[in-house]
Amino acid sequence: MKITGKSHVYGDNIDTDRIIPGKYTKTLDLQSLADHVMEDLDPEFSKKVEKGDIVVAGENFGCGSSREQAPLALKTAGVSLIIAKSFARIFFRNAINIGLPIIELKDYHIQPGDIIEADLISGLVTVNGQSYTGTKMPQVMVDILNNNGLVNYLAKHKTYKL
Amino acid sequence: MGQTIIEKIVSIHADKEVFAGELTVVNVDFLMASDTTAPLAIKAFQNMGGVQIFNASKMALVIDHASPAPNQRIASLHDMMREFANEQNIKLYDVGDGICHQLMIENEHAKPGQLILGADSHTCTYGAIGTFSTGVGSTDLAGAMLTGQTWIKVPETILININGPLQPGVSAKDIVLYVVGIVGIQGATYDAIEYAGSTMSDLSLDSRMTIASMSIEMGAKAGFIHTTGLELAYAFEHVLPDASATYKRVIDIDASQITSQVAIPHSPDNVKSIEEIDEIEINQAFIGSCTNGRLEDLHAAANILKDQRVHPKVRLIIAPASRKVFLDAVKDGTVEILTNAGATFLPSGCGPCVGTHLGVPGNNEVIVSSTNRNFQGRMGNRESNIYLGSPAFVATAALHGKIKNPQLI
Repeated sequence: MKITGKSHVYGDNIDTDRIIPGKYTKTLDLQSLADHVMEDLDPEFSKKVEKGDIVVAGENFGCGSSREQAPLALKTAGVSLIIAKSFARIFFRNAINIGLPIIELKDYHIQPGDIIEADLISGLVTVNGQSYTGTKMPQVMVDILNNNGLVNYLAKHKTYKL
Repeated sequence: MGQTIIEKIVSIHADKEVFAGELTVVNVDFLMASDTTAPLAIKAFQNMGGVQIFNASKMALVIDHASPAPNQRIASLHDMMREFANEQNIKLYDVGDGICHQLMIENEHAKPGQLILGADSHTCTYGAIGTFSTGVGSTDLAGAMLTGQTWIKVPETILININGPLQPGVSAKDIVLYVVGIVGIQGATYDAIEYAGSTMSDLSLDSRMTIASMSIEMGAKAGFIHTTGLELAYAFEHVLPDASATYKRVIDIDASQITSQVAIPHSPDNVKSIEEIDEIEINQAFIGSCTNGRLEDLHAAANILKDQRVHPKVRLIIAPASRKVFLDAVKDGTVEILTNAGATFLPSGCGPCVGTHLGVPGNNEVIVSSTNRNFQGRMGNRESNIYLGSPAFVATAALHGKIKNPQLI
C-alpha cells in the first residue's frame, strides 16, 4: 500500500486537545470534527489541508486524552498518513483501529510542503531523495490496518488473532 | 522469574505466564465509557455486527463529560446512551451521579487485581487500588464489548519509591506533580508505573486516586500504588510485585524534599516548585475532576477558606467528584463553609476540566485548577493560561487573588 502526499510539519508533544478540542468531541458528525481539526495548534490547518496530505510531527504525537475523535478528525479532513518520531500509546492504537495509517520514524529531515512517498507495509519513507525506515508494527496492527480498521477486522474474524 | 504487578495481572487474565514485551490476548473484567466516547463505541460495536455485549453485568456507561446536556446535539447523544443501556441491560450512571472514575471505585466496579478497560485516558485511576485499568479509544472498547477480550503488549515497569514524611501543607497532588516533573510527559510511554514506599503506604484512598490518575500524564499504560496500607470496605488480596521482579528504571524520592508544586502553562510536566513562581494575579479557581474533586480535596480547601471570603476579582467554582462526595460534604458542613466563602458548586462532572461547558475562561485569563491537564485550550479557550496544583494551592490563590505558597498560609 503506497501513499504519496504533501507534508504539514509540527513539533513535539502535540496533545489531543490541540488536535481536536474537547468542546467539539461530543458528536457523531465526523465532518464537524474535521472542520475544527488542529484548531488550537494551527487555526489555518483545516483550510489548507488537502485530501492525501501527510502530517509530520515530533515526539509523543497525540498525548493526553483517549478521544478517538482526534485521529477521526485528521482522517476525515483528508490526512492519509501521520509520520512522527513517536506516538502516545492510546493515539497509536486509535489511529490503527480507525484505519488511519501511521509510521514511526526516529529521525527525518522533512520541511513543510515536501512531497513524501511512503510504503505502509515496509514502513519505507522517501522524501527529497532520502529514504528512512519506520519502526516495525506488531503483526496484529498490520492485520487491523489491512482491514481498514478494527471494525472490519472483528466483523470478519470475530476474535483477535495474534 | 519474578513478576511485576502488571505481569502478574496480565498473566492471570491471559491464562499463561507472560512478561514485559510479550503480546497477548486478555479477558477483561469490566468496561466503562463516558458520553465523550460511548456514542462512537456503540456505533463501532453495531458496525462490527454486535447485537448483545459479551456480559451485561460487566459494563457501565457514565454521563459526566457534558452533564447536564448543554445543547440539543449532546442531549441526543445522552439519549442514545440511555437507550443502549436499557436495551442491553447495562448499568447507566446519569446526570449528576458523578465522574466515571470516582463511580467505578465508589460502587466497587473496580477491584484489586482486576483488568479493566475504560474509554477515557484517566481510567488508570483504579491503579490506586491495584487494578490494571487502562484508557482505550471507542473502537478498542467496542472490540471488548463484542469479544470480552482485548490484545495488549505487556509493558515494562518503572518503580518509583517515595519514602519519608511529607512537609506540612503538601499533599498527593504535589507528590504526583513532582513525579511528572521528573519523568516528563512521555517518560513512561508504553510503560507501567509502580509507586511504593512508606509515604505511599500512609496515604488515604482519595490521595492514592489522585496519584494514580495522573500516571497518564507521563504516557503510562497503568499506574499502580502498592496496596500496602490500603483500606477498603471489603476484604481483598494485596496486589504487590515479586521481590525479584525486573524494572526498567527505579526512581527514589525523599518525600521531605517535596514542596508545593505547580504545573505552569501549557503542559502538565512543566512543573515548578511554588517558590519559583511569581505572585501572578488570577481570575478563576477550579476544584474538581477525577484527579482532585473528592471529600479530602474539599476539606483541604475548606481549611483555608473557613470564615474567609475569596478575593472579589476571583470566581471559585467547585465540582464534587460524585453525588456521594457532595452529600458527604453537605453533611459535615464543608459545603456551607465553601459557599460562605463565595464558592459556586457545579453538578458532579468533567465539564470545566475538559472545556465542554461550565466555567470556560475568558481571553487572557489566568486559571488555577486542581485538575490534571493544562494543555492550551484545555478548558475551552486557547487564549487562557492554566496553572495546575493541589486543592490547597487553588484555595489559597482564590483567597488572595494571586498565586501564593499554601505552605506559608
